[in-house]
Amino acid sequence: MNTSTNAATVQFIGEHLLPGQIGYFLTILSLVASLVATFAFAKAFYAKEMSAENEWKRLANIAFLIESVSVFVCFIILFYVISNHQFEYKYAYMHSDKHMPTEYLLSCFWEGQEGSFLLWSFWHCVLGLLVIARSKHWKNNSYGVMMVLNFTQFCLATMVVGLYFFDFKLGSSPFVMLRTEMNWPILSRPDYLQLIKDGTGLNTLLQNYWMVIHPPILFLGFASTSIPFGFAVAGLLKKKNDWMTTALPWATFSAGILGLGIMMGAAWAYESLTFGGYWAWDPVENASLVPWLTLVAAIHTAIIYRKTGTSLKATYLFFGISFLLVVYSTFLTRSGILGDTSVHAFTDLGMNAQLLAFLVVMVVPYFTLFIVRYKSLTEPAKDDAVDSREFWMLVGSLVLFLSAVVIIAITSIPVFNKIFGTKIAPPEDPAFAHNQVQVFVAIIIGLLTGVGQYLKFKGTPGASFWKSMRLPFVITAIISAVIFVFVGIGFTEKGVGFLAALYLGTVAAVFGVVANAHYWLVVLKGKMKSAGASIGHIGFGLVLVGIFLSSSNKTVLSWNTTGINVLQSNGSVKNPAGNPMENITLFEGIATDMGKYNVTYVRDTVDKLEKKFFELKFAAKGAKNEAAKDSFYLYPDVLKNNKGMEGFSANPASKHYWNKDIFVYVTSFQDHSNEDTIQFKPHNIKIGDSVFYSNGYVKLEKVLVNPNAHRPEGSNELVLQLVVRSKEGLEYQANPAISLQGMNMRMVPDTIKAQNLIVNFNKVVDQQKGLLEIGIKESSALSNLITLKVYEFPFINVLWIGVIVMTMGFALSTYARVKKLK
Amino acid sequence: MKKTHIILLVLIAVAIVVLISYTGDLSSYETVGSAKQKPGKFLNLIVKMDKSVPVEYDPVKDPNFLKFGVQDSLGGKINVVYHNTMPTDMEKSERLVLKGKVQGDVFECSAIVLKCPSKYKDNPNANKNQPVVFTN
Repeated sequence: MNTSTNAATVQFIGEHLLPGQIGYFLTILSLVASLVATFAFAKAFYAKEMSAENEWKRLANIAFLIESVSVFVCFIILFYVISNHQFEYKYAYMHSDKHMPTEYLLSCFWEGQEGSFLLWSFWHCVLGLLVIARSKHWKNNSYGVMMVLNFTQFCLATMVVGLYFFDFKLGSSPFVMLRTEMNWPILSRPDYLQLIKDGTGLNTLLQNYWMVIHPPILFLGFASTSIPFGFAVAGLLKKKNDWMTTALPWATFSAGILGLGIMMGAAWAYESLTFGGYWAWDPVENASLVPWLTLVAAIHTAIIYRKTGTSLKATYLFFGISFLLVVYSTFLTRSGILGDTSVHAFTDLGMNAQLLAFLVVMVVPYFTLFIVRYKSLTEPAKDDAVDSREFWMLVGSLVLFLSAVVIIAITSIPVFNKIFGTKIAPPEDPAFAHNQVQVFVAIIIGLLTGVGQYLKFKGTPGASFWKSMRLPFVITAIISAVIFVFVGIGFTEKGVGFLAALYLGTVAAVFGVVANAHYWLVVLKGKMKSAGASIGHIGFGLVLVGIFLSSSNKTVLSWNTTGINVLQSNGSVKNPAGNPMENITLFEGIATDMGKYNVTYVRDTVDKLEKKFFELKFAAKGAKNEAAKDSFYLYPDVLKNNKGMEGFSANPASKHYWNKDIFVYVTSFQDHSNEDTIQFKPHNIKIGDSVFYSNGYVKLEKVLVNPNAHRPEGSNELVLQLVVRSKEGLEYQANPAISLQGMNMRMVPDTIKAQNLIVNFNKVVDQQKGLLEIGIKESSALSNLITLKVYEFPFINVLWIGVIVMTMGFALSTYARVKKLK
Repeated sequence: MKKTHIILLVLIAVAIVVLISYTGDLSSYETVGSAKQKPGKFLNLIVKMDKSVPVEYDPVKDPNFLKFGVQDSLGGKINVVYHNTMPTDMEKSERLVLKGKVQGDVFECSAIVLKCPSKYKDNPNANKNQPVVFTN
């Protein structure tokens, strides 16, 4: 704010100040309104008399309406600023540019912290309006929910308000001007806007359609966890536990959306990141997965409570921590504390104290309240029967909860280091460290989802249970056998124990799918009305099957067996880099053997956004009929990095089959911007002599005189017949020539692209002795080459289909529960 | 004691065992000096590129061989071998987190995490790059 005096004296040309001023005003207004609404809803919540309650309710609703309108308008203004390229605003300058396709303008919106906080706030307002609209039947609880929601809104509003209290900066406003934030000399010029031609743009990795849709869905998931949390807080405060029925549809909605959002992020990672998969157990991913696990656990314990009156404490705990974990993950990903362990944690915005305060004001009161009320949360003393549905549902919920505890504990290692000053780092194979634990969670959950529906609350008659399970068992056995025979589980790197666990996990997951499908079709007779649970479980089972099949059978097609590099690399087996030979080099125009395919790098093109596409032709080997060959083209691309970074980011491309994906991305390519300055090296040679080059030798076999009958009239040609033999034993022919026409001599060089060689026939040195001179040039700039990785992911579609089915299950369940409330 | 309590206790015990066994897999952040004392042990180094050592990388010869020099905050230097393609922007990166082990006199690296100052913008350092403008 050091240029405020400046601003008073200098008239800046072409600035649009109005949007920012309105934006500033509205962020402050929404801050105040959310505080008023929190207070008013609290008063209504605690009001003893009807008249007082109605008074406070009116005030609260008005405050909330003002807050919502403020947030919505802020949202529109920020989008307006970005889409009109008003680079006088720092946010537009930092996150967008003029060349951006329109659809990515939304991604620009949520690229920055301020925009994503605003997005979160936006969803809270939408949900809050829904709560008010539907609150007729559950008045008192709704006040409690709205009180909690508005307090959360207040905390979020402080994040984007951007006010200074002496030296402390509260929040970071998306409406700050570029010239007040930066100390660039040009920004004090009145005409500075004409000098700023363009913004720094959107991070290239985020220029993907998933990044348009994934953040809003994920944040809707995050925002919606606050509704069940609000119910839990209200229940604890009023010592009333009658809110589960009303809260359940909100919870199933939240879990469905959150799960969908997480998996959209996975789809983005799969399509646009190059770690070769959809899930890397990265802290940022873990932080969003963990609330989902506890939320699903909470849904199940809430159902148990409604049916039997038990699991009350667990329900309060699980709904509570689901929301608190969302807040915790916000702290983890935005404070920069994950710095050394995560590839894509956000960097520090100087708001760590504030983020920590947000976490503390949520966690401490909730747990204090929970502990104070713990004794009053009475459950029936009767023990759950071992053959009852509630018993196994609770076991499943506890397993999900502990799975979440383990994941978040591991993810929190950097926090632990910070607090205790230790220097603990993640293990050598962090993905496996998670997998070896979570595979057992998957086995247990897979089995329980299958069995659960067939058990009855309070106890199940044994005979009928086993009778109804018979068919699912048989079908599971058949499908598993088919999978093992025709697909197999090929992950042997981690030993027999883990492989056995993968087999078990696959069977359990298949069982989960089959048993639930059977339950839905046979027991529920295919009715949609109460199918939510079955369909959700089928989807979850399919997700597990997809994970097991695709991850354990992921194969590398680009094993470097071409002979081009083998000699220089030391034995690949003991290499600490794991699979160092996964990169293969392709020369333009030359087909390279890659297991099932011959792959040719056909050409590259650059589109108007400066994306460089590589055209790769994949031709399946083995088929006799050329035309019938299974061949296809893939176009992985690289995009020049923006934001002051050099280099390129690679975008993978994949060919989708019904049962597998061929996944390819470019790991490096030759940039031919440099002039070729290498000279020909002359060598004297006779017939039968050899001349060495860096990767082999060139041997002169014969000199042919006028071998070409169609040469121009009156010209004479001398053509050398050379054999180039590389160290790897590959052989090439080269035929450089001299052509004489009268007094004009013309040299016709020959190139061997695969060896980066150009051979010239320079002159005849001594005709008597048969001594000739050839020139050899070795140039890395000779041919276009790329290195790439190619993977095959079998049955990855099962995973994506599973996600869709699971989301449908949650949707059905939400719909059915909402309908019941009426 | 209720059966559910027993199950809960068993599961918590399992979780604790899992977490304890996990700590066995954990590695540590080391300096170049202390890493050299522990050859063959998997560990993490936080370093920056040592610009005095030329980067060796030739995708034509071998796309899976990268050699470069690094330096930690205490000034300890070591050469690193990474059997993979060269990460984009590595030379620009302010900080590298290397995972691997010291073998002989080089650090055999299995993974590199880049910390680019500008990667996720909003970082004050990112704004050092002023736009290029022509003033008359």
